Amino acid sequence: MRAFTYERAKDASAAARAVTANPAAKFIAGGTNLLDLMKIEVETPTHLVDVQDLGFDKIEATREGGLRIGALVTNTNLAAEERVRRDYGVLTRAIVAGASGQLRNKASTAGNLLQRTRCPYFYDTNMACNKRKPGSGCAAIGGYSRQLGVIGVSDSCIATFPGDMAVAMRVLDAVVETVDATGQRRSIPIADFHRLWGDKPEQDTVLKQGELITAVTLPKPLGGKHFYEKVRDRASYAYALVSVAAVIQPDGTGRVAFGGVAPRPWRVEAADALLPRGAAAVTARAFQGATPTKDNAFKLPLATRALASVLAEAKA
Amino acid sequence: MPETSELELSRRGVLTAGAATAALVAAPVSAAPMAIAPSPPTPAMQVRFKVNGERRELSLDPRTTLLDALREHLHLTGTKKGCDHGQCGACTVMVDGVRINSCLSLAVMHEGDEITTIEGLGTPDKLHPMQAAFVKHDGYQCGYCTPGQICSAVAVLDEIKRGVPSHVQGDLTAKPTATNVEMRERMSGNICRCGAYSNIAEAMAEVAGAKA
Ligand SMILES: Cc1cc2nc3c(=O)[nH]c(=O)nc-3n(C[C@H](O)[C@H](O)[C@H](O)COP(=O)(O)OP(=O)(O)OC[C@H]3O[C@@H](n4cnc5c(N)ncnc54)[C@H](O)[C@@H]3O)c2cc1C
Ligand code: SF4
Ligand code: FES
Ligand code: FES
Repeated sequence: MRAFTYERAKDASAAARAVTANPAAKFIAGGTNLLDLMKIEVETPTHLVDVQDLGFDKIEATREGGLRIGALVTNTNLAAEERVRRDYGVLTRAIVAGASGQLRNKASTAGNLLQRTRCPYFYDTNMACNKRKPGSGCAAIGGYSRQLGVIGVSDSCIATFPGDMAVAMRVLDAVVETVDATGQRRSIPIADFHRLWGDKPEQDTVLKQGELITAVTLPKPLGGKHFYEKVRDRASYAYALVSVAAVIQPDGTGRVAFGGVAPRPWRVEAADALLPRGAAAVTARAFQGATPTKDNAFKLPLATRALASVLAEAKA
Repeated sequence: MPETSELELSRRGVLTAGAATAALVAAPVSAAPMAIAPSPPTPAMQVRFKVNGERRELSLDPRTTLLDALREHLHLTGTKKGCDHGQCGACTVMVDGVRINSCLSLAVMHEGDEITTIEGLGTPDKLHPMQAAFVKHDGYQCGYCTPGQICSAVAVLDEIKRGVPSHVQGDLTAKPTATNVEMRERMSGNICRCGAYSNIAEAMAEVAGAKA
């Protein structure tokens, strides 16, 4: 691990200022992704600003009838919150399908949204990777790409956003709230939060250096039945090959997003509209223009089957 | 030369196999690049926390993980380092009553915290009920993962009692119970190379039953 200095910020604007002032500084929340990457020197911040004392650890009702989730609320506490279990079941289901009990106790809401890709070449500093080292090439293209993206990827990077929680948040139309060093606040719809890689895969999200996530808000509950179907190489403690987050109404309409397939949770509203016509119609539309590799082409039929199983359960 | 291409081929094979195995949990852990010179040390920082009820004060390089602080500085070597990357659970300890992977946390982030390690759960003369149950049910073979398993097992029963939901729960609004399926799912963050899993689940069931 490269050397760094460490401070524990007392308030949000001081934290944002400290990270804005130093382009090599980073926030640290649970540390479960950042420290992992610092140990192998994929991340090399020279200064860490710990945000655990900023008071962003509450879940509150909003005036609009939704919920405001503090950026520091742990995955465990978010999944266990009574209103989330009752009204936003897809979110609880997605969270408890991810990582392990120990990790979820530390993982924060903001850190989970900002976790980096699990492309194996991103982790291996001996390999070319445009995301880790812009301009160095992409070892995954033509390499081992079984876990990587099938849609929304580019010629410079075919990695996925690997997380689960965000896929449920995409179905719920969550909004990410931030503040910057000047006190300027932004509300970013989750749909726009994660970037498609294009020719800038080094930039995962639309956040600016030093922009601090303060909360994630959920609109009022959607009703319906909530599902998170995660397909992986073992029954627990593994990232998704494909996941499906869905909220299905009694009349068969609803919303669906897919995880493990793209640089962001993948939802196509025009495909949502096809839910009453069945899984194949939905995925045909949602994955129109997909560019799978030989290794990961299986993800397309797998997405259809995972959704079909959700729809069968919704009818039961 | 044919030899060279054969060598390259087998190297590629090894790489692919490595990636395939690692894909199960995360990504391969590669050595840090050799070309980069070691970075100069940063000034040590003071940190105070309680470990197993005892006040401790340490002066540490900020890079020190909670795991290394416990093992290397406080010589509490019960807590083990398996992977150092959050992938195995050998380093599981409780912080303010909640289990975490001590390898993915900086010691300086724990100012004022209360940490419980395997040494704090019980002693050889006075075993914690979970330690006794692991002995009774042969919940280990080599024992390397065991301190992490036991800390995790104690925390899991507490999580079930507090109603923390899990992936295998049918009705999210219902209270979970300590069934075999629940315990196996909740213990998935603790890997056992010796495969003592079924006996671990039995040890946990005994403690859960005794409590109920
Ligand atoms: C073995 C393993 C398995 C895992 N499996 C899964 C899985 O199956 N599914 C899944 O979804 N996840 C999985 N994870 C990932 C885990 O969920 C993330 O590591 C965790 O959510 C990150 O949260 P954190 O608070 O620890 O983030 P940190 O590591 O503290 O931070 C991550 C990033 O977010 C930034 N950041 C943190 N807080 C803020 C803020 N308030 N504002 C702006 N920036 C901020 C940091 O600067 C850093 O860049 C796994 C992790 C491991 C180690
Ligand atoms: S797919 Fe993206 S993350 Fe993976 S090697 Fe290529 S550029 Fe790097
Ligand atoms: S040593 Fe911490 S999880 Fe493996
Ligand atoms: S008892 Fe040997 S690793 Fe678990």
